[in-house]
Amino acid sequence: MSDAGSQQHDLVMDHFLNPRNVGDLPDADGVGEVGAVSCGDVMRISIQVRDGKIAEARFRTFGCGTAIAASSVTTELVKGRTVEEALKFSNEEVSAALGGLPAAKSHCPVLAEEAVKAAVEDYLKRQNVKRKT
Amino acid sequence: MPSVYLDHQAATPLLPEAFEAMRPFFGEAFGSASSLHQHGLRARDALAEAREQMAAFINAESADDIIFTSDGTESANLAVKGVAYANQRRGNHIVVSATEHPSLLGSVEFLEKQGFTSTKVKVNSEGFVNPEDVRAALTDKTILVAVHHANHDIGTIEPVRAIGEIVAERGVPFYVDAEASAGWLTVDVRALNATLLSFSPHKFYGPKGVGVLYRNRRARLDGVLHGGVQEGGRRAGTENIPAIVGAGVAAEVAARDLMQRAAHSARLQRRLWEGLKARVLHLKLNGPEPGPRRLSTNVNLSAEFVEGEGLLLMLDARGIAVASGTSCVSKSLKVSHVLSAIGLDHSLGQAAILLTLGKDNTDADIDYVLETVPQVVSKLRGMSPAWDEFQRGAVKSAIRN
Repeated sequence: MSDAGSQQHDLVMDHFLNPRNVGDLPDADGVGEVGAVSCGDVMRISIQVRDGKIAEARFRTFGCGTAIAASSVTTELVKGRTVEEALKFSNEEVSAALGGLPAAKSHCPVLAEEAVKAAVEDYLKRQNVKRKT
Repeated sequence: MPSVYLDHQAATPLLPEAFEAMRPFFGEAFGSASSLHQHGLRARDALAEAREQMAAFINAESADDIIFTSDGTESANLAVKGVAYANQRRGNHIVVSATEHPSLLGSVEFLEKQGFTSTKVKVNSEGFVNPEDVRAALTDKTILVAVHHANHDIGTIEPVRAIGEIVAERGVPFYVDAEASAGWLTVDVRALNATLLSFSPHKFYGPKGVGVLYRNRRARLDGVLHGGVQEGGRRAGTENIPAIVGAGVAAEVAARDLMQRAAHSARLQRRLWEGLKARVLHLKLNGPEPGPRRLSTNVNLSAEFVEGEGLLLMLDARGIAVASGTSCVSKSLKVSHVLSAIGLDHSLGQAAILLTLGKDNTDADIDYVLETVPQVVSKLRGMSPAWDEFQRGAVKSAIRN
């Protein structure tokens, strides 16, 4: 049983109330959308890649406060990372960056990890298509 | 920053006069009602007076029909299990509506593991039970029918009087959960043909820690807590005298002020719903339109493309306290069983928030909510991929009017 008011954690509330990098990148190199409204959360992350590194990241999220905070902090975390590094992006980093999350909210950072990986995979797929054509 | 409390379904502030009446029972009048000495006598007198106040509040024939419990959940467990166990030689079938409180449905599910069976009567898209569906569900094995007076989530006022007549004709015990309605609607156990009825004074300015279960003393009821003679042996355990005393005062005041409170909340309810409807596009009211078929305190809304818990937290950050119809605690469906039962689309169910008015809410409160909710919804929609898709014409609105 958890009575902790972790939901109200300062870092979570800061990212929830003042989310960073909201929206879509108009000239995105990769977009990842994961989750479904029917299971509670939808997260979309778009990235711009320059010289093999993520130069910009934006998000849109339908979900609870923690899901929005996780998305926001994720866009900050992945910026500057190489594509290879981003493919290893872990939900634990998201939790840590938000000061730790209760077990009941652990699906939020997992969704963020999946969204980043989906965006990077989308980028790689587009690169392959470009090379072939 | 203004502070607007719109979660009276969860808790209400204690009436000052109830608090004053309770105070001696934390101090010099600390005795237990089971003690034979003078300290016990004072507690017994207080208990007897509160029992009379509760009987008067619901028009019960006798104070002997009142059982004090700890809260609504305990009352529902005692009513459902107590009637089922006491009548198991007569039958094993229970009829409930699909939108009852979880404490009631959970008790029924517990009994099903022990050989009892149940029929969950469906509700329509506004949450109404059709009395004829209750009649059709009755069998010669039916030992209990339970339909709530009003729904805790969407405020639907059920046709309990008509259902009570049908059930009474068959001589089956009828349990009415009046947790959401008591204090805001007249509750009359005789007019409703209720065999059992429960309510909690903390929903109308009494203290937490006490629930009330009415049981017609001619109806069979087994206890669930054993090992004591309190409450006629049907609820063993030391009575929470201070809370019971405060609850009695709250019931008296609620009966006195009922019409005024109901009219006040009904007026604010209309302002709130009409105002939000005019200011927020793609907004759905869940449950019946404000009026005689809906609790005057209840406004349950879905702002499409926004998730309810996020909306709740952002409103809280602006000083507005509401409840959300969903709770995001696992990666599973999070929609309340009531919203599922009325057939609400999942995306709208995820969006639901519950605003419940009280006697102390003001027009200024409503003004602030009407100003703030559109801003917060717009901010959250700005982050929502579903809203973005809707704007681009990729998805359609799920609201059908």
